[in-house]
Amino acid sequence: MSTDAHVLSAGAMAIGGTHAHAAALTEEGAHGTAKRIVVAYGFWIFLISDIILFAALFATYAVLTNSTAGGPKGRELFDLPTVALETACLLLSTVFCGIAGIGAQARRDRIYYGAMAATFVLGATFVAIELHEFATMIHEGAGPSRSAFLSAFFALIGCHGLHVSAGLLWLLTMMAQVYAKGYRPDILRRLLCFALFWHTLDIIWVALFSLVYLVGVAP
Amino acid sequence: MTDALHEPPDRHGDVAPGDDLEPHDIPQAIRGYLIGLALATLLTCVSFYIARSTLVWQPSIPIALSVLAIAQMGVHLVFFLHITSGPDNVNNVMALAFGLLIVMLLVFGSLWIMTHLNHNVMPMERIMQMQR
Repeated sequence: MSTDAHVLSAGAMAIGGTHAHAAALTEEGAHGTAKRIVVAYGFWIFLISDIILFAALFATYAVLTNSTAGGPKGRELFDLPTVALETACLLLSTVFCGIAGIGAQARRDRIYYGAMAATFVLGATFVAIELHEFATMIHEGAGPSRSAFLSAFFALIGCHGLHVSAGLLWLLTMMAQVYAKGYRPDILRRLLCFALFWHTLDIIWVALFSLVYLVGVAP
Repeated sequence: MTDALHEPPDRHGDVAPGDDLEPHDIPQAIRGYLIGLALATLLTCVSFYIARSTLVWQPSIPIALSVLAIAQMGVHLVFFLHITSGPDNVNNVMALAFGLLIVMLLVFGSLWIMTHLNHNVMPMERIMQMQR
């Protein structure tokens, strides 16, 4: 218990004392560790607000699932092999993203760049499959303007797809920054935030493939 | 400021993202992600299997899928995001708990209210008929 209290008070000092001791905060040693924890905490708060955004879109979708206006239902539209492929791409890319983080911490160029490239390829494959799925649905007359159900579906899945696309741009930026500036502590903190972002997108996808696609096709 | 405040937090064997790594620690760090991958793959395969099978009582399939999804999110949180019950993670866990409260209120509150509206409000066609 006493160690818990000690670490907690140290954490509170690190957060509360950011202004007072900003000059004293160096990148190395104990203060560097504290700064990493504070940065990750701040970014985690942003990610939770992002999760709440997805919860709002998901609530809209859940309310409108049966409002198909005589149009196609999820069961007729969703193709499970495609969804399985998308899930595999995103799950593998999240693992490669973690391995890239390990490579950066160990200052191993080959692990870092290789795993980041694999993350990018798998993420880009995910976006390509999703775009193809959307194009097929719109071509079949099941676009977002067909029914309230489809509007909510495109808003929810499309918002996730936009997040993944933005994440891909961020991924390329992080590769370029490490290439240009090396494994500096501030670059490693940005990389940590990117990894948190990418892992969170996969958590959101777990909710989407389970509760949108699989529940949608369940008998 | 005493010297006690300058001590780095204890390392817990588990390697969190951001700590510096020695090269001989790499296989162990990667192993954590591979365990997470194996568990997540298992849960995903079970989800895809029961969605189409007759193994589970049909009306309970959405609930079974929800439980599997929540389990898989837990696996992702622990093995990929390293949100654990460790002392340096208390703030992260509290923020997550509050976020989950808001998510639950948002999703179940919306469904509850809209289901009641669907039950209690007359469909538009009936209102049009009555006005004739």
